[in-house]
Amino acid sequence: MREGPEEKTLLQDVPWPDEPPVMLPGETYGTVTDTIADAVLKRPIGLGWMTGFLIAGFFVMVLLVAVTYLFIRGVGIWGIQIPVAWGFAIINFVWWIGIGHAGTLISAILLLLKQTWRNSINRFAEAMTLFAVACAGMFPILHLGRPWLAYWLFPYPSSMGVWPQFRSPLVWDVFAVSTYATISAVFWYVGLVPDFATMREKATHPIPRKVYGLLAMGWRGSARHWKRYESLYILLAGLATPLVLSVHTVVSFDFAIAVVPGWHTTIFPPYFVAGAIYSGFAMVLVLAIPIRKFYHLESLITMRHLQNSAKVMLATGLIVGYGYFFETFIGLYSGSTYERFMLQNRWFGQYAPLYWALILCNILLPQLLWIPKLRSNTVFLFLISLDILIGMWLERFVIVITSLSRDFLPSSWGHYVPTRWDWAVFTGTLGFFSIAMLIFIRIMPAISIFEMRQLLPESEVKADEAA
Amino acid sequence: MKQPKLPAIYGLMAEFEGSTDLVIATKAAYAAGYRKMDAYSPFPIEEASEALGFHKTRVPLIVLVGALLGGSGAYALQYWINVISFPLNVGGRPWHSWPAFIVPTFEMTVLFGGLAGVFGMFALNGLPMPHHPVFNDDRFARVTRDRFFLCVEAADPKFDLVSTNEFMESLKPLSISEVPH
Repeated sequence: MREGPEEKTLLQDVPWPDEPPVMLPGETYGTVTDTIADAVLKRPIGLGWMTGFLIAGFFVMVLLVAVTYLFIRGVGIWGIQIPVAWGFAIINFVWWIGIGHAGTLISAILLLLKQTWRNSINRFAEAMTLFAVACAGMFPILHLGRPWLAYWLFPYPSSMGVWPQFRSPLVWDVFAVSTYATISAVFWYVGLVPDFATMREKATHPIPRKVYGLLAMGWRGSARHWKRYESLYILLAGLATPLVLSVHTVVSFDFAIAVVPGWHTTIFPPYFVAGAIYSGFAMVLVLAIPIRKFYHLESLITMRHLQNSAKVMLATGLIVGYGYFFETFIGLYSGSTYERFMLQNRWFGQYAPLYWALILCNILLPQLLWIPKLRSNTVFLFLISLDILIGMWLERFVIVITSLSRDFLPSSWGHYVPTRWDWAVFTGTLGFFSIAMLIFIRIMPAISIFEMRQLLPESEVKADEAA
Repeated sequence: MKQPKLPAIYGLMAEFEGSTDLVIATKAAYAAGYRKMDAYSPFPIEEASEALGFHKTRVPLIVLVGALLGGSGAYALQYWINVISFPLNVGGRPWHSWPAFIVPTFEMTVLFGGLAGVFGMFALNGLPMPHHPVFNDDRFARVTRDRFFLCVEAADPKFDLVSTNEFMESLKPLSISEVPH
């Protein structure tokens, strides 16, 4: 545990006496470097990885087929209609982009708060963000109807003489999501540069050596370089922090600025952000628990990381619960017939089983995380994380579909049923996400090596000797 | 114009085992009057750059300028589009409906600030630079692993192969080597 003498603040991560440590004892600069780098450079491709790769690859093929067919036939192959024009595309967009949020939270917000335990999970959490945003970004574009004209969303001087409509939250979304994707990518790459230098020196085969060398850009660990690097890293974290909060806020504006019952509410931005972090930490655990087991990283990703993540899930889950409570309260208190009907429809209408399933998955079952014994059981944590991911997906379904299918005029009501092509695109993005993560952990250091060295007690410059 | 004669070597490099040793050595070299030198480490050491007399970076300024340009540019673009070039009546809102312009303005502030910072950091660091004389020393590969280096460059006015070597001996490094060009 790093304890800077001058910079000790209340926020600094100091474990309680019986809490598990951030790193198990016995690690040195050399061992952390080898453990993380050898998982990429020396470890042969195992049967488990290959199986995962093939299954994920199958779903990538499903995605390609589904998207090709979509391009040929148009969005009519999906279950969307009027009034439910949004359907799976928007549900999955919101769900995926929410998952990405935990990565930025871990890499940026926890960095600013000096939560040093984040150092062992930030790298793959950032990769998760990147791939989740890539999956999210596909949906609105595929949903456009003419996806090849997606560039019309950007303000460029077109020969048609028209411009985007900046008063629309859907245009804000374009800016928020594309900025988020770009900043997440550069933050991730900047974090990787010193580790690429390590990989360059450790790789024995000339081709990986060349590739890592190119990516490392000739990084040589100069003190002047580090100083500028650290300065930038903190600033990027400072920029990414409001950015990540803004992204899901803007996503929630897509709903909240509309007048549809159940959407037009001011609780949406904070409640969406909390839900995003909730599902994101669930995805972090779903990834971290197998990675740490199969790559033998138990001494670097300790129970402390898993328990802290579980606590964050518990906290954000309660905020989400508060959001549900207030939706209900306002629905009843507003005196609006339409809002009251929306609630009645959610509880007892055609999609009511999904609403109660979401309450079970998101609010009731995660309360088990209060029990310390269960928080230290990796199998339980894995299962509860899957449960939360399902619950958050159901939440998006309930928000999008129940409100749209029963709006103001009974004559325009409809019933939405997803088609096999909806499922194909959704499971396809799950496959794309999995394959990207699998490739990532094979070719790049999944844990930040240089930040792990900083966690070692000997990294601290002894102030009395160096005076 | 006469070309200045290039010194025969790039500099002298001392290898250390720990971060504290490196900082002590860097401070001693600075006190001895050496200025053209650099410390190399496998992770950031704030005290090392301080010991080199390198206190301030221009990275925050670059980020600020990028952020201001991005933000003001985005706002100006939206103003020009919605008020001058392509006025569009949406629900009777004023042409200059500024609250709606805040979100893209904020996003572009972050985007340009972040990108300016990244490009600025690499530019100030002189990267990408795949070849550098310090890499000529085989031991230097361990700077990305577990060793710390201090290199006093031959371009330093105080540099003298014999006396600098003697000075470096006094720092008790693991090894000292001449770094060729």
